Amino acid sequence: MSQVIKPYGDTMNDGKVQLSFTLPIEWSEAADEAARQLVTKMGFTDVQVVEGRRIAANFAFFVIYASTPQSIDFATIKAPSAKTHSMSMEEIDAYVQEHLGRKVRVAGACIGTDAHTVGIDAILNMKGYKGDYGLERYQSFEAFNLGSQIAVEDFVRFAKEREIDALLASQVVTQKGSDIKNFTALVELLEAEGLRDRVVLICGGPRVTNLMASELGYDAGFGRGTLPSEVASFVATTLAARLAAAR
Amino acid sequence: MELRIDQKTVERCRAMASAIVEPVSHFIAAHSTVAVERSVLRLLGVDGVGPDEIPVPNMIVDALAPDERARGAALAFGKALAETGLDPRALGDAVAAGTHRLADYAHVPDEAARGAMRPYVDAALARIRERRAEREERLQRIPQLPPPLLYVIVASGNIYEDRTAAAAAVEAGAQIIAVIRSTGQSLLDFVPYGPTTEGFGGTYATQANFAIMREALDEASERAGRYVMLTNYASGLCMPEIASMAALERLDMLLNDSMYGILFRDINMKRTFIDQHFSRMLNAYAGIIINTGEDNYLTTADAVEQAPAVLASQFINEEFAHRAGMPDRQIGLGDAYEINPDLEDGFLYQVAQAQLTRQIFPNAPLKYMPPTKHMTGDIFKGHLMDAMFNLTSVMTNQTIHLVGMLTEAIHTPFLGDRTLSIENARYIMNTARHFGDEIAYKPGGAIERRAQSVLADADALLHKVADMGLMNAIEAAVFADVSRAPDGGRGFDGVFARAATYWNPFEEALRVEGGCK
Repeated sequence: MSQVIKPYGDTMNDGKVQLSFTLPIEWSEAADEAARQLVTKMGFTDVQVVEGRRIAANFAFFVIYASTPQSIDFATIKAPSAKTHSMSMEEIDAYVQEHLGRKVRVAGACIGTDAHTVGIDAILNMKGYKGDYGLERYQSFEAFNLGSQIAVEDFVRFAKEREIDALLASQVVTQKGSDIKNFTALVELLEAEGLRDRVVLICGGPRVTNLMASELGYDAGFGRGTLPSEVASFVATTLAARLAAAR
Repeated sequence: MELRIDQKTVERCRAMASAIVEPVSHFIAAHSTVAVERSVLRLLGVDGVGPDEIPVPNMIVDALAPDERARGAALAFGKALAETGLDPRALGDAVAAGTHRLADYAHVPDEAARGAMRPYVDAALARIRERRAEREERLQRIPQLPPPLLYVIVASGNIYEDRTAAAAAVEAGAQIIAVIRSTGQSLLDFVPYGPTTEGFGGTYATQANFAIMREALDEASERAGRYVMLTNYASGLCMPEIASMAALERLDMLLNDSMYGILFRDINMKRTFIDQHFSRMLNAYAGIIINTGEDNYLTTADAVEQAPAVLASQFINEEFAHRAGMPDRQIGLGDAYEINPDLEDGFLYQVAQAQLTRQIFPNAPLKYMPPTKHMTGDIFKGHLMDAMFNLTSVMTNQTIHLVGMLTEAIHTPFLGDRTLSIENARYIMNTARHFGDEIAYKPGGAIERRAQSVLADADALLHKVADMGLMNAIEAAVFADVSRAPDGGRGFDGVFARAATYWNPFEEALRVEGGCK
């Protein structure tokens, strides 16, 4: 069953989008026209430059409404979520007790030079996020928050020494692809050390998607708005499934 | 419009801060660090890099034997100056090239070393005074717009791109430009050299980059007819070196917190306390306004709960700064608008905190940071949150206003993002310019009660810290829920005890001229 969709303004299939951008030219009426033609070249129709003005010497800013002729068949989209088996903290504690019979050891860090711990703290710190307790609070987890700017080598060494079950790598800074480089470096080092299959490997950050994570060789990726219990559920069910498969 | 707060409690907080800092000051006076010694060399004019891009000041300090180092780099260097007759830059280059070794001049009497250093020390101090006078002349001739001063960050990684972004921001109304550093520079135990065109999440702080941006902003200032300030970041392993470079290149502000590196970068606390002191002495002399980092407590832990810790930290930062000879007008204490936007009456709490800080530190150029923690990809909501922040800032008379970006948490701002955000701030601050003068807080109302309870809790917290001692309190995670051990963290191996004959000619001169304790 196909489900073809377009952006919705106020009428089904009107294809309306809003755009804004800056052009490196002094503003003039010709600048407005340049913006209109540029957006037309992007493939949009019914292009309306609703705002165009000078914002600095040799820079002009535009707000544009336009329609796209493009559509997408939603039925063909595949982007599996890692948040499918969500349980509460109490349920997870009981689940781990039943299926694993020991504490799960989790370590998290902002790897590379990234110093933004807001994401990893939200998942690991006792306090948690949006009223959902962090993994430090769980009876069934032993959580280590290594904090910011942790070298990939140190993270892997820690995983090895402490026999960590699940690694959570966080990246907030994405400038010039630094997040992808760091995530890739971690997978590669784990593989080189022969540890990749011994851990549940998870990445997180505001720009992370589960699809991207699987392409990078991670078991799961969690993006903006993720709750600690969603990560804990994934770790617990994945470990249980691996244990069952090994038996 | 004033909140009724208990002045006796405020006085007690200041007395507690003094009691907290006193024992740390004794520790500082008995120690030095490799970064302090390197900054002495930099002030003398030692610069450049040797083989493998290692900065010459690092090569010299690293080559000192422990007993020589304990007497300070100035004596060993001064001895070689006296005997060779080279100037500091040439001597530094000669040491880097391996043609001279400071250890070969150990026989030169200390007095000769002091004598040989004197003209270079005097010249360095004169240079700093000159740069300070330049700033004062410009501020007279092309004054800034009234506060809150709009502060924006440029951070492309390429100093030449940063120059373009800065000029555009100035045209839009920015009054302070900060070149944020490449992520991780705070953890480098050296200062990179030369102009740089690559960095992650920011642009390296180098003396050449400082000079490039200063020149660009001077041009932009003349075009705009108002002086535009330049900011960079000192906190980290090279605080005193960055302070010396900033003094020489006429930066106007530096991020310089007495505890930020300890808590948020895991830099050793002893290293940080020693480094912040000497760097602040230099900042005081150079007329540089420091910005402290209390906003970080609010981003890493709950903003409502951390409010008393922010205030307590402000008292401690103020005390450390006073002891380094800084007047109130150079102490830009930090605060931030970070309360969860879903919290009912969160705005009231924000106003309470901002107004409380304003009243307790009336002469400090307070630094007010925008929402970051609760910013999402929803730029429309973000723009609204920034507007509420802008309103709070103008109604409570904050001084240094970090302009919130609608694209915070998405990317380093595009040129257009920065303009839209500055326009937001200018609109709100213009339309509500005298709003604060026209309203009064309801006596006993929610805002006043909140401010009073934050003050009372800060008082209790400072008592606790005074009882435990600052280093133990940090270990016990009293600040920002972060625990650090006194001998743990980065850079501890660069801390050493001073010998009885230790000599730092700049510290000696600044103690006399700068009036620090």
